[in-house]
Amino acid sequence: MPTPNEFEISRRNLLVGTVTSVAIGASHGANAQNAASRSHAPAQGMPATAKVSFSVNGEVRALELDTRTTLLDALREHLHLTGTKKGCDHGQCGACTVIVGGQRVNSCLTLAVMHEGDSVTTIEGLGTPEHMHPMQTAFVTHDGFQCGYCTPGQICSAVAVLDEIKAGIPSHVTGDLTIAPQLTNAELRERMSGNICRCGAYSNIAEAITEVAGRPA
Amino acid sequence: MKFDTPATTNPIDQLKIIGHATNRIDGPLKTTGRATYAYEWHDAGARPAYGYVVGSAIAKGRITSIDLSRAKAAPGVIAIVSAENAGKLGKGKYNTAKLLGGPEIDHYHQAVAVVVADTFEQARAAAQLVRVDYSAEKGSFDLSATRDGAAKPPGEGDEKAETAVGDFAGAFAAAPVQLDATYTTPDQSHAMMEPHASMAAWEGDKLTLWTSNQMIAWTTGDVAKTLGLPKENVRLVSPFIGGGFGGKLFLRSDAILAALGARAANRPVKVALQRPLIINNTTHRPATIQRIRIGATREGKISAIGHESWSGNLPEGSPETAVMQTRLLYAGENRMTALRLAMLDLPEGNSMRAPGEAPGMMALEIAMDEMAERLNLDPVEFRARNDTQVDPEHPDRPFSQRQLVECMRIGAERFGWSRRNAKPGGQRDGRWLVGMGMAAAFRNNLLMKSGARVRLDSSGTVTVETDMTDIGTGSYTIIAQTAAEMMGLPLDKVVVRLGDSSFPVSAGSGGQFGANNSTSGVYAACVKLREAVAQKLGFNSADVSFSDGQVSSGNQSVPLGQAAADSELVAEDSIEYGDLAKTHQQSTFGAHFVELGVDVATAEIRIRRMLAVCAAGRVLNPKTARSQVIGAMTMGVGAALMEELAVDKRTGFFVNHDLAGYEVPVHADIPHQETIFLDETDPMSSPMKAKGIGELGLCGVAAALANAVYNATGIRVRDYPITLDKLLHHMPDA
Amino acid sequence: MKSFTYEKANSPAAAAAAAAGSSNARFIAGGTNLLDLMKLEIETPSHLIDVNGLAFDKIEPTQEGGLRIGALVRNTALAADERIRRDYGLLSRALLSGASGQLRNKATTAGNLLQRTRCPYFYDTNQPCNKRTPGSGCAAIGGVTRQHAVLGSSESCIATHPSDMAIAMRALDATVETVRPDGTTRAIPIADLHRLPGETPHIETTLSAGELITSVTLPKPVGGTHIYRKVRDRASYAFALVSVGAIVQRDGTGRVAVGGVAHKPWRVEAAEAEMPRGAKAVATRLLDGARPTRDNSFKLALVERTLAAVLSEAKG
Repeated sequence: MPTPNEFEISRRNLLVGTVTSVAIGASHGANAQNAASRSHAPAQGMPATAKVSFSVNGEVRALELDTRTTLLDALREHLHLTGTKKGCDHGQCGACTVIVGGQRVNSCLTLAVMHEGDSVTTIEGLGTPEHMHPMQTAFVTHDGFQCGYCTPGQICSAVAVLDEIKAGIPSHVTGDLTIAPQLTNAELRERMSGNICRCGAYSNIAEAITEVAGRPA
Repeated sequence: MKFDTPATTNPIDQLKIIGHATNRIDGPLKTTGRATYAYEWHDAGARPAYGYVVGSAIAKGRITSIDLSRAKAAPGVIAIVSAENAGKLGKGKYNTAKLLGGPEIDHYHQAVAVVVADTFEQARAAAQLVRVDYSAEKGSFDLSATRDGAAKPPGEGDEKAETAVGDFAGAFAAAPVQLDATYTTPDQSHAMMEPHASMAAWEGDKLTLWTSNQMIAWTTGDVAKTLGLPKENVRLVSPFIGGGFGGKLFLRSDAILAALGARAANRPVKVALQRPLIINNTTHRPATIQRIRIGATREGKISAIGHESWSGNLPEGSPETAVMQTRLLYAGENRMTALRLAMLDLPEGNSMRAPGEAPGMMALEIAMDEMAERLNLDPVEFRARNDTQVDPEHPDRPFSQRQLVECMRIGAERFGWSRRNAKPGGQRDGRWLVGMGMAAAFRNNLLMKSGARVRLDSSGTVTVETDMTDIGTGSYTIIAQTAAEMMGLPLDKVVVRLGDSSFPVSAGSGGQFGANNSTSGVYAACVKLREAVAQKLGFNSADVSFSDGQVSSGNQSVPLGQAAADSELVAEDSIEYGDLAKTHQQSTFGAHFVELGVDVATAEIRIRRMLAVCAAGRVLNPKTARSQVIGAMTMGVGAALMEELAVDKRTGFFVNHDLAGYEVPVHADIPHQETIFLDETDPMSSPMKAKGIGELGLCGVAAALANAVYNATGIRVRDYPITLDKLLHHMPDA
Repeated sequence: MKSFTYEKANSPAAAAAAAAGSSNARFIAGGTNLLDLMKLEIETPSHLIDVNGLAFDKIEPTQEGGLRIGALVRNTALAADERIRRDYGLLSRALLSGASGQLRNKATTAGNLLQRTRCPYFYDTNQPCNKRTPGSGCAAIGGVTRQHAVLGSSESCIATHPSDMAIAMRALDATVETVRPDGTTRAIPIADLHRLPGETPHIETTLSAGELITSVTLPKPVGGTHIYRKVRDRASYAFALVSVGAIVQRDGTGRVAVGGVAHKPWRVEAAEAEMPRGAKAVATRLLDGARPTRDNSFKLALVERTLAAVLSEAKG
């Protein structure tokens, strides 16, 4: 049971942190030549900001952001690319999955300022309602979604999963580590497990991905 | 339109569009990230500020002081609202606990403040600077400890707390074969993927809320009631909802705090509940303790069946009605059911997908499996012997349709049930003990008034407007199919607009009543529109037909749009029900079959195959209906094997309050799933002759898994979830 | 999340200097655990030093016949490396059983070793936790403890270490190489990296302030059959209830380390010596001194049964 006293302790500690942050921001100005890039030393009491530029769906976007801004919030709140979803903000659901430099990542657990020069593909970049990516079409055909909230993350993940199998990256269910993994239902299910769908469309999603995988390249 | 006599042939029976597997019309938007959810209305007006919610650190007690000074001084902070400055707030009709706590605290993580700042990052950081001091009180957090003090809850009609027929006690005592067993189901969380989220904007004393809500009219009313506004000053917009499962039936703190925050900030404000807050801040499915007694003849005829259930809730809360299905599912001359409600200071218990039947069937269908074994009968056969075509408590009420036995027989045939080794623990495949289990599926069909408006324009396009919601259920598509069938149009000539309180009030999404009722409301509106079209064109409405975009009468045929050539035609109506649900019991039925393996060393359970057979009236769209059922089966896997809100009984909160701690099934847990829908139309249910299916798919799944675990291992677990620690000490040597 | 200044270090010296200049700086690489904790203000650095630009992203052979794994090698890349798959299958298997594909693409070798406990009371800042707020008490003790430690716990803390990879590294006798702010380097045997909680559960490793892991070195391959068996409630994307990492030689001797049971990877040499005599003998030694709670006493049986399954699988 947190007594009022313990609660007070934790709050006080937080306040100490605030004061320190200002002091340290200032102390780092002297070492600027050692750093490739750095945030602006904040004015008294103001949050630190930094400039960052990366490409999103082929378009270079330059932003000046609070350093705390995740890639997810940069996409959603600053670039208004809301196709990438925030389900948990803690890497526990996969709804925020985007493809960075060809690899799928949870955009909620990475800072936007860490992506200088990176190339980001979001669900909006895979296709449009008029010109859908084959994976998007397959999800519609196989009804691989219901509420639609995990769907962009599932689709980004699915696209990347097929590339991962092609690249020979093994998974937890790969039988023999010394040979290339095969594209089986078990492999797909294991590899897609970082994308939770509470509506429970898994069985249909597996069929959608299988259909896309089976198409001639 | 009043529906008070059984449906006869109507335009829906043409089945040109209804009944066909149809891709979701909202699919392209959802799969390309273009569907707009509650937190994403950046085009709706002025740039919103961000609200971040502070939750109570105690479960019960009082706030002694709130110090906002540091938070107010933090960068970007615009306003902070707590009970101290929120003004007088009412409580929504559908809320048990108030949505903004203070000074009294009713449960852990009850909202105590919202911090509004210019950016999300600023709001989140400033929220940590709100200092709240509490005086905690001792609360009651342990259902099993409070069971004996649980009271008979108030309740009428279908919700009544007790039923009794014949002499249960005498018949049970006299029965040659008996079962008296107690089962428990844990607290569960909806865990929908989209957090509860709202954006609020005020224009004078008029409030618009872009939100994520299943029941637009209920929630519009409760926003008004809570804020003391006339209902007409509140507009809700909720066209896309990232899952609900009952968790978004009601007004929740995100909406009220966005509204209060926006008023204080004099600017639109958006609030999404942070994931670690959701589980304790919002509602959950309450835990139950269920005692089931069944007595039967040696031939397997049930002579006595009794079901009692204990659950807990906050003061003024309702019980989990886990005995509902036992009043209807099996025959037996002597019967009793009883609900008991304990007072608990845990977060508010409320509806989660198939409230009542979902946890009730988790227990009852294990009990039936246990009884079948005692009788040395196949579980399918035992259930079939106790089928009833009438309400067993009121034998003058037949079921409108009841194909339970057919579901079980067809399922058994399709699944290869005859290959099941009836001897538990008798099937081995390498490191796996393999078992099969089955359970009946049952969920009532509910009739609710539902309205819609349809507009016909000169291009021959029909636009449907209703405050019905699509929470993933497929409402957009089946409503479009209904209007297309009624007006003789292809699907792409129908536009569907949902989830706006300025549209006619619908049944909303809940209790698996959405599909049948909302499409019936659209049917009613389309009947009116057909009449208006005929009248406008001067056709005899008795012989007018709508087909292929044309309206025909006698040997005249004109394009539908011609009726709206000079001005749009608008028709609005509702479906309302007579007493067919009183004279006939309307329920949906099914059967679940599961095969799984239990690791002989670790007792990990992994599913191999799943099949559901459903008889639930006309299936409007087999594609989206299948999705509802497989989704429910998946949720049933969670309920059987992993889902449990772990209660800290000292301090009264759900400890595993995020998606890492509260495990729900992932891809790897779910094999290919099969569904079969029996051909059925139910003329008692509505002009659509449809019934609900989204919850039926959940009811019984967990028990089928539990029974399969028993068949695999010989270990009977009566306490959900069936985690490996409950099996381990009884497992054979590896 | 508290406001922080951010810099990208372009050399180890720059990283070290940056760390030396601050009492409240953190290195950030993958960020998958640090940012999670910063959002909850469990971690509150005022300065982040992004080390992703450092050249610690290679896997190279050592003169001793082993492999030196750069601290920044991502979990996916490490698990997929052909040499790791061939000669250190245990490591590949352990990595692949952890987290999700997305997280493994970001998470680094060093970060994986340094990830913090998943104790739900540690994660809830309303609750007392000696690890988060030293001296505040431990809410887990007497609370919900199904996933907590059964070995090496203390009156202050019963948390477990969540890493799968670390279990494999422990069984493989890896060595952790670091650089300190003053530029000196050292090599720490993996056995000495993680600490038991004792009275200071907030001090989780033997690293000093500002010390940066640069690489993890594996000794030359020891052959044998490599098995990593992770037991959990759901089939994927979940932390272990118990995990067993083993290398078993033809004669039945070998190595075994266990996860999900303690504040650090659990390996007992005396228990290993019992491997030819079977799981029960190993488990008896391995679990000597166990102090389970009512919620997690099943872990003792689970360790033994999982060990039995692993040894049986190794026999083929």
